[in-house]
Parts: sequence; C-alpha cells; structure tokens
Amino acid sequence: MNSWITTNVWLIPTAPIVASLLILAFGKAARRAAAAVAILGQIVALTISIFAFVPTLQTHGFRAIQNFTWFTFGEQTLRIGFVLDPLAAAMLLMITLVGLCIFVFSIGYMAEDKNFYRFFAYLSFFSGAMLGVVVANSLLLLFVFWDLVGLASFLLIGFWIERPSAAAAAKKAFITTRIGDMGFFLGILWLYHRSGTLLFYDGGRGCLEPIALSAIGSSVTLIALLIFCGAIGKSGQFPLHVWLPDAMEGPTPVSALIHAATMVAAGVFLVARVYPIFAVGAINGVTTSLTIVVWIGVITGLMAALIAVAQFDIKRILAYSTVSQLGLMMVSLGVGGVAAGIMHLLAHGFFKALLFLGAGSVIHGVHHEQDIRKMRGLRKLMPVTFATYAIGMMALSGVPFFFSGGWTKEEILHATSSWPRSHLPHYSILIGVILTALYMTRQIIYVFFGNRRAASEHAPESPSVMTLPLIVLAVCAVFFSIVLTPAWPWLESYLTGHAAHFEPRLLIQPMILVSLALVGAGVSIGIWIYRRADETDPLQHAQPALFRFLENKMWIDEIYDRTVIAFSKILARLSDWMDRHVWDGLVQDIGRIGQFFGRVTTSADERVINAGVDESTSGAQGLGRLMSRWHSGQIQTYLGAVALGMLALVLLYAWLG
Amino acid sequence: MTPTLQLFLILSAALFCIGLLAALSRRHAIFILIGIEMMLAAANINFIAFWRFAPQPAQPTGVMVAIFAIAIAAAEAAVGLAMVIAVYRHFRSTNVDQLDRLKG
Repeated sequence: MNSWITTNVWLIPTAPIVASLLILAFGKAARRAAAAVAILGQIVALTISIFAFVPTLQTHGFRAIQNFTWFTFGEQTLRIGFVLDPLAAAMLLMITLVGLCIFVFSIGYMAEDKNFYRFFAYLSFFSGAMLGVVVANSLLLLFVFWDLVGLASFLLIGFWIERPSAAAAAKKAFITTRIGDMGFFLGILWLYHRSGTLLFYDGGRGCLEPIALSAIGSSVTLIALLIFCGAIGKSGQFPLHVWLPDAMEGPTPVSALIHAATMVAAGVFLVARVYPIFAVGAINGVTTSLTIVVWIGVITGLMAALIAVAQFDIKRILAYSTVSQLGLMMVSLGVGGVAAGIMHLLAHGFFKALLFLGAGSVIHGVHHEQDIRKMRGLRKLMPVTFATYAIGMMALSGVPFFFSGGWTKEEILHATSSWPRSHLPHYSILIGVILTALYMTRQIIYVFFGNRRAASEHAPESPSVMTLPLIVLAVCAVFFSIVLTPAWPWLESYLTGHAAHFEPRLLIQPMILVSLALVGAGVSIGIWIYRRADETDPLQHAQPALFRFLENKMWIDEIYDRTVIAFSKILARLSDWMDRHVWDGLVQDIGRIGQFFGRVTTSADERVINAGVDESTSGAQGLGRLMSRWHSGQIQTYLGAVALGMLALVLLYAWLG
Repeated sequence: MTPTLQLFLILSAALFCIGLLAALSRRHAIFILIGIEMMLAAANINFIAFWRFAPQPAQPTGVMVAIFAIAIAAAEAAVGLAMVIAVYRHFRSTNVDQLDRLKG
C-alpha cells in the first residue's frame, strides 16, 4: 500500500483537475451533478492524501521521490518529478480538507448563480493546481502549477465578469503576480545555469542537496531573492500586496480558497520548499537573503495590520489580516523558524477559511451587504455563524491554550526572540498581535453586537449546507491546537524530522504569558474603544487624518497610479505619437513621391493618349463589375479561396508526380 | 505501437484541418485566431517529426527552428489580439460577418 502511494503521488492533483475538465465538458446540462463531481474529486484527493500521510508518519524524515525524463534536448535532459515528504503531506491534508469544506459551502452560497457549473469547474481546477505545487519535485514543474494557480485565481476573482470592478480586480491580480513571477522565472533560469538541475531531490544531485548548492557559488543570494520575488507576488507581500484586498471582488468562497488553502499559501510554501537555497552559507542561521525575507515580512505584517483597523468592508478587514499573517509567516521563515512558519500556515488555513466562510454566511444573510456599519446585532439572528466566527476570531487573535493560532504565534515569537541580527522583528510581531486582537474585536462588535440596522433586520441563519462546513472548520481550528502544544510538539517534530517528547512543563512558559497579556490587551482596548461604536468609527472621531490615511490603504494604490502606471501610459502615448507622426509621416512622404510621378504621368496621359481609349473602357467596366462581386469583404471567403487554391496546387503537384 | 513518422504526419494533418475548419467557419474573431494558432502548431509538429526521423536527430536544429516559430507565433498572437481589440473598439463587434469594409 505504502509503496503504491509513494509512486503515484501525481494522482492527488490529477483528481480535481479531471473533475474540473469533466464539469466543463458536461456540466452545462446538469447543475447538481457539477457540484457532485467537484466534491467527489476533492474527496478522492483527500482520501489519497490521507494514504500519502500514513507512510510519512511511520519514518522520521521520510521522503519519497519519483523522477522521470520529460524531454531530451541535444545533450541536455530535462527531468521533472513528484515528491512526498512531511511538508508536502501536511499541506496536502490541509488543502484538501479546507477545500472540501469550501466546496460544500459553495453549494449554498452560489445556489442562485447562473454559472453554477462553471464556478465548480474553476474551484476544482484551482484546488488541483495548488496540490500540484505542493507535490512538484522540480522547480520548473512547480512553476507550471504555480502559473495554473495564477490562471485559476484570475478566472475566479473575475467570476462575476459583468461587474467592471471584478474584471479590473482580476486583471490587477494577474498582472501584479506576474511582476513577481518574472523575477521567479529569472531565478529558475539562473539556478539551472548554475547547478544544471531543477529537481529538488535527486538522490544527492538535486538542487536542494549539498553538491548542487555548493556548485551555485556566490550568486546564490541573488537566485534566492529572485525566487523570493515570486513568493512576494503570490503571497501578497509588500510592495506587491495591492492585488490581494481587491481580490475580494470574487465570490466569498473564492476569497476563502485564495486566502486559506491556495494561492497565498503557495508563496510561503515556496520559501519553505527551497529553504536550503536561502540558507546556504548561514552564520547563526542568518544570511543576506533571509534577512531581506524578514524585513519584507515585518513591513508587510505591520502595515497590513494597521490598515485593517480602518476598513469597513467585512471581507477587506479579513483580507488585510491575511496579508498581515503572511508577513508574520515570512518573518518566521526568515529567522529560521521554518516549522513554526509552516505550522502557522496550516493553522491559518483552517481558521481563515472559517472566518471567510463565516463572513460569507453573514453576507448571504444580509443580502450581499458588506459594510460592517450596516449590519450590527446579528448575534441572536445567526447563532451558529456567530459561535463559529468567534472561534475563528480567537484563533486568529492568538488566544493561547485552546486555539490553534495561539500556539503557532507563540512558536513564532520564540523563533524571533532568538534572532541574532535585530530585536525589532520580535517587537513588531508583539505589536502585530495587539493590532490583530484589536481589529478582530472591532469587527465582531460591529457585526454581531449592538442595535440592528435596516440591512440586518431580517437576516435568516444560513442553511445547514453552509453552517456545517463552518462547524467542521471550527472543530478543526480548536482540535488542531492539540498537535501544536509545546508540551507535545508533535507537528513540529513531524515537520523537522525529530522525535517528539511529552513534557508538560513546557505548557506554560514566559512567552505564552506575554502573548496572553498582549491578546488580552488588544481585546480590552478594542472593547473599550468600540463599546459605543455607531455609524462613525470612534477612531475616526479622535484621529481623522490618521484614519483617512489608513482607510485609503496608505495611498499605495494611488502612488502606483501616479508612478508606475502613469509611466507606462506616457510610454504608450509616446509610441502612439511615434507611430502617427514619425513612421506614418515617413510612409506618407514616400507616398507623396509616388503621387508626384503619378501627376506627371496623368497629365501626359490626358493630353496625349486620352482619345480613342474611352471606347474600350466599357468592356473593362463590365469585367470589373463581375470581379467586384467576388470581393465580398468577407475574409473567411478569401481564406477559403486560399485554402482551395492550395489544395488545387497540391493535387496538381501529386498528379504531375 | 512504435511511433512512426506517418503517425505524426496524420496527427499534424488532422490538427491542421481542425484549425482550418475553425478559421473558416467560426464567426468570432478570437476563435479564428485560435484556429490559426492550431494550424501553426500543426506545422510545428510536422517540423519536429521530420527532424526527429531524419538521419541525424542528435543535432537540435529542428527544435531550434520550432522554438523560433513558437516565439514568432506568440508575437503574432499578441498583434492579432491587439487588432481584435482595435477592431472591436471601432466597429463595436468582433463578428467577422459584419466586418466587410474590404468589399469591392
């Protein structure tokens, strides 16, 4: 059984992709079957993932690879393959489980959409592409799936294509991530040039193994940073984070999928996967490339957490919280806490999917109103949504002991506190924890407490097809904390390949008290500020200028508009001008020479040869009329004529031998 | 079944015919472009097949030419799409039946 799965890892991404193709081919006729096929594909992927998870449990540091030759080109052989190791297996389980919950939720959320089947086809495709990223054993294969993830996100963000804002958001997401991907691709080419292989593991000769790493030499820092460009784009790190909040234009299940299981997880996963390239020549676990990863993460984390405090759209708050949490993960990876970062990614996958689906349930209930100022007081009307949302909120804020987010944040705090370069990342994360608790408290108070507004007057609880995934995810978010406790660091040892020991005394450490105090401070500040919140935000009263700065997302979009976009517009206008005046002018000047000769000959014609010719023209006119009938202006007729002529020539050639 | 030259030629001929059919019968300009791309791909397959079954397939010359052809096809697709957009802006339609300004 085990050997069967280790050589057939490719089945996991294949299942959802096949489901997606089936739905696209036959789904138009059968609405219900489309959802059933998508969910079936996801269940198959989940089942195989569980089978794949079992062998990784049995041996520490398990790694199964399966490489094959894609094509041979002269002397060069390009090989790709699949890998199964603890990192991949853990991600597979998270993605398929969270994905399944989101798929089921979508049945309820998208029930009235006219393109129901297309939505499920894209969702399946998205999930399959992400699973492919996880099991790829070659940077090239990873890049292929990486771009399929990008394509799927483009299709899904712009799913409601008839809205101009959705179409713009989809384009923005695609182009912004493309900027990062360009760096990523250059990094891949450079790595191949240096090491001669793109396989991660290849029995000692892969590019993540010592021989190839030492062959890369001094350019390793630049290669690592170029690869990191891709992660910046996909994981919404500063300065390419601008697409992620706009991606809220897509249907809410898509936001959940993008923000929890797929897409943004890909960037963090990539850094974790190629971590050996970042860590080459590390002194005390510090290299130049890792230091840059840390600072990008710090900037992203703090900036996004600050912006989240001043947003009013329920999904945008969550979007900025995702950006901030991704920054946190990057910091963790950068300071050397790879296991802590991945653990936070996994935990985040569960509770962020929970929060987004909860937000989707709320939006569904209040008839697609997304402004938190207009909902208020939904606690009694939507009890299940409220309870699960509260669990998600506490997991995200990092309440210790019972919620998964608490333990992983504590791990990250541990990792950053011992970073030799600087203590600033550690303190910035402490501030980030307070801010997270603050903006989540604000959101909960606005949405679920207070007096009801017009939009929330008759908000029915969502049907069970939507609340059930919420409950499952909430249970996951709570139970996941068991394998995360430092007293029994099962998941950490699973990821790092060391044996886990049960040590109850590690349950309470200074750091956990610190984080408990911080979360408590954040929540109580939140309650104190927002206890009497109404239409205008209390912070808006106190600090209007600062609030406006944050509400407008620090004007980063506007800055890009004035610089990068303005520059490309000027360039376009310049090329247009060149075309119109320089090249076109040149053509016209040459034309004028022709015209001049034409005039000379005309005058000669008219005076000398005119007479007598008029007679013969009537015949030519008749012929011309006949010919003009053939000129229908239909290019396809012309093309058909060309094809027929070609065929006639071929036949003639064959006939003549 | 071992792959022979004939098989590849049949595949490429089939692909070419499908592409030609698309280019001749679809009314949407984008689909016509897709048809043209398919015909180009068929030509490339022919190229690779003749190279692969040539006396000296070790020299990567055939692949090089095919890669150039693909690069040029990409440029052609970019220009073609830009033209479709320009045509749409001008005529408010991409239906080639309505684009008969070339009529004599």
